[in-house]
Amino acid sequence: MREVAVLGAGQTPVGEHWDRTLVSLAGEAALEALRDAGLDRPDVLIVSNMLSGVGPGSQLNLGAQIADWCGLKGVEAFKIEAACGSGGAAFRAGVHAVGSGLVDLALVVGVEKMTQTPSTVTTAGLATAADADTEAAHGPSFIALNALIMRRYQHEYGWKHEDFGAFSVNAHANGALNPYARLQQPITHEDYREARMVCEPINLLDSSPIGDGAAAVILVPAERLVPGGGRPRVVVAGSGAATDSLAVHDRRDLLWLAAAERSARQAFAQAGVGPDEIDFFELHDAFSIMAALSLEACGFTERGQGPRLGLEGAILPSGRLPIATQGGLKARGHPVGATGVYQIVEVARQLWGAAGDNQLPEPRVGMAQNIGGSGATILTHILRIS
Amino acid sequence: MHAPGSALPEILVAGVGLTPIGEHWEKSLRSIALEAMTAAVEDAGGLRPQALFVGNMLAPALSAQTHLGVLLADFAGWRGIEAATYEAAGASGGIALRQAVLALASGEMDRVMVVGVEKLTDRIGSSVEAALAAAADADFEAVQGLTPAAQAGLLMRRYIHEHHVPEHGFAGFSLTAHANAVGNPRALYRRAIRLEDYASAPMLSDPLNLFDAAPVADGAAAILLTRGDRHRPAGERTPIRILASAVATGPLALHDQPDPLGFEAALISAGRAMAQAGMAARDIDLFELHDVFSIYAALALESAGFAERGQGWRLAAEGEISRTGRIPISTLGGSKARGDAGGATGVYQAVEVVLQLQGRAGEAQVPEAQVGMGQCLGGAGATVATHILARADRL
Amino acid sequence: MEVSRHWRLRQQRYALVGEVCPHCDVKIFPPRDICPDCGREARTEYQFSGRGEVYSYTTVHDAPAGHEAYAPYTVAVIRLEEGPMVTAQLTDLGDQPIEIGTPVEMTTRKIGEDGERGMLVYAYKFRPVLRPA
Repeated sequence: MREVAVLGAGQTPVGEHWDRTLVSLAGEAALEALRDAGLDRPDVLIVSNMLSGVGPGSQLNLGAQIADWCGLKGVEAFKIEAACGSGGAAFRAGVHAVGSGLVDLALVVGVEKMTQTPSTVTTAGLATAADADTEAAHGPSFIALNALIMRRYQHEYGWKHEDFGAFSVNAHANGALNPYARLQQPITHEDYREARMVCEPINLLDSSPIGDGAAAVILVPAERLVPGGGRPRVVVAGSGAATDSLAVHDRRDLLWLAAAERSARQAFAQAGVGPDEIDFFELHDAFSIMAALSLEACGFTERGQGPRLGLEGAILPSGRLPIATQGGLKARGHPVGATGVYQIVEVARQLWGAAGDNQLPEPRVGMAQNIGGSGATILTHILRIS
Repeated sequence: MHAPGSALPEILVAGVGLTPIGEHWEKSLRSIALEAMTAAVEDAGGLRPQALFVGNMLAPALSAQTHLGVLLADFAGWRGIEAATYEAAGASGGIALRQAVLALASGEMDRVMVVGVEKLTDRIGSSVEAALAAAADADFEAVQGLTPAAQAGLLMRRYIHEHHVPEHGFAGFSLTAHANAVGNPRALYRRAIRLEDYASAPMLSDPLNLFDAAPVADGAAAILLTRGDRHRPAGERTPIRILASAVATGPLALHDQPDPLGFEAALISAGRAMAQAGMAARDIDLFELHDVFSIYAALALESAGFAERGQGWRLAAEGEISRTGRIPISTLGGSKARGDAGGATGVYQAVEVVLQLQGRAGEAQVPEAQVGMGQCLGGAGATVATHILARADRL
Repeated sequence: MEVSRHWRLRQQRYALVGEVCPHCDVKIFPPRDICPDCGREARTEYQFSGRGEVYSYTTVHDAPAGHEAYAPYTVAVIRLEEGPMVTAQLTDLGDQPIEIGTPVEMTTRKIGEDGERGMLVYAYKFRPVLRPA
């Protein structure tokens, strides 16, 4: 496959955009990405979205709709869906499209509009990512499935709830410096401990907030980028995708993200790097337990030791493996189908040196991992300056 | 390896599988899909895919199920493989096929399963209609009560007006599709209809009558693709190669299309596909088009270059679309009589083209077919995916 | 919940009927056509005992649409004694504290209803096994 580079990016703040339609959010991010890349028009528009086809007022054919909104007459366009992993899956589809040599310029836009339905409807929408017949029918919300995992994890490994607090405190501290973040206020460990219980043992500050938002990136053949210009050239060094059982109860091991391990291995192998060479990691901290499990499955720490990276400060911007550098899902927010693209935008901004107040000192290799469901679909990408 | 003519690397069909379209009230979405995928794997001599690309439009709305990729990969016993779902309304299956082609062309994988699946009949008609209407613009069309049939009715009336089509001028599409379906054991409606039947059919959205519209029902189709340089299909079967794969879009809302009867996205999509294959309309031996409404069959024939603008209906009226005509369409019944399983359509079409090219279409066989085209539509021509397949032994 | 869909799952929901793989002998619930362990066809019915233990549990306060009337309710992953795990609600808890490892057994309860005049959906829930005082 020919090498693929990320040329431009755009994003809207994650928030409750009650005054905006889904299409206008997607259009804003998409057009900003095109401007950022200095391009008028892509060859293909790949949309990632989870919920637009669910329930009342649903909208199909988002690819055509967003292409039309952006004035991209006749362009190839479609939507890809893998629940909360849609964004990572769309990015990977873009990598394959450009990598194939059959397409030159791919615009990947992730978009989600979640705040226009009552919370019970949004909760039910999110539950469609689980097995409708054998999980969702019995009433567990998406949070409940994660709570089941977290409780068992604490039981097996002996971690106390407060041991997970560092993930949320770090994410909020970073989100406070990111103008695109949904939650821009720092929190303390005390805030974390005292937060309202949502679904025991998951409390409010273990959970990422949903929101409306859109993020977009432009992919081009790396060979087309000549040296020069203001930014370093950022290429996709590794891309991996894997699945596990859809239903949490069907997993061989509920406390191990087998799909994270598998997809990370693919990405590491392609990039020719290991966990030690990753400078920062945008992981899928939809819940703090997912942050811990992701760190373990990708080989950044031993099984059962995820919280230790938080307690030791390794995940801070000054640590050896900064995570959620612009707030992560926890503070930037989790507009589900768009999240995977936000992560890529954030990795690219760090590598370009364009991460503003969140800028890490000269990172060269960044990784993003996007999770659909409670570990069922997992996409891992490694981006690097070349 | 790029063979002369095609811009694509050598992508071959390893196996195909179909379920009959129908009201499978006793089967779940996952078991319908598995049936087609299992058949495709068996057809491919047991080859196991590395990735699963799903085309589906309505599972989120009608089955409260997103995340079909992993659901079906797991249910098929392929836990761990890459999987995702592609949606562009009725073009979903063609989109999934196109993305599989790109993934294979990238060289990152060499065995990909594409499955189109739809489960509609768990819900009553009005819920299904509402879900289907989401293929139109929810804010500016569906909210006005516009249905897909009504969109087609609007286009059909305007077409008749502009091109002076006589009464029952579209009947040939329906008659041909039904006649062809008689030879297809998997078709939903295996009976021929007469002009009198067509003429006396009740109106759906005038001038569009019941026989101008395809019945929607449950179904699944699967096709297993490989890169020819890494996996050559074994056995006696005629090798089939994908020569072209192209997608184009136009405005979602019918009223936003500058020239609604121009079917512009289909024009672009078919044009790109033919350019990729290095072919013209005269090189195509059969065309599985998306006759979800007869007017769309006429427009698809025109935009692909088989007829002049405004003349597509004449091909039907003059018998040119029958199995022995100039450009056979809906050779196994098409959406009209085989049945339309929404987002699965593009994969049904591809599988049917393969069956024709391999001489496995039984009583519905088109003689001497070497190159076939499939084209599916999302909405009123808003998204159009076109594929050209050919016998690899005759290239 | 659609009638046909519920009907297809009636044996599982009312009677906890799963499968045993004829090739590798693994017990499977919910049933599937292909064994997730060995990848071969698994369509041999198997009657589960309904006994198991709590693998993990939590309480849902913010229920998804369709389940609001029952909130708060406790959902659990149960490890059935035959091996597989299943997601289900816990019921008949009384004042009894639930813990990981609590022995439970299947019972049949309503898990949803489709509007005022719609279908009532009954299915398995699990309750603590009674022990002599």
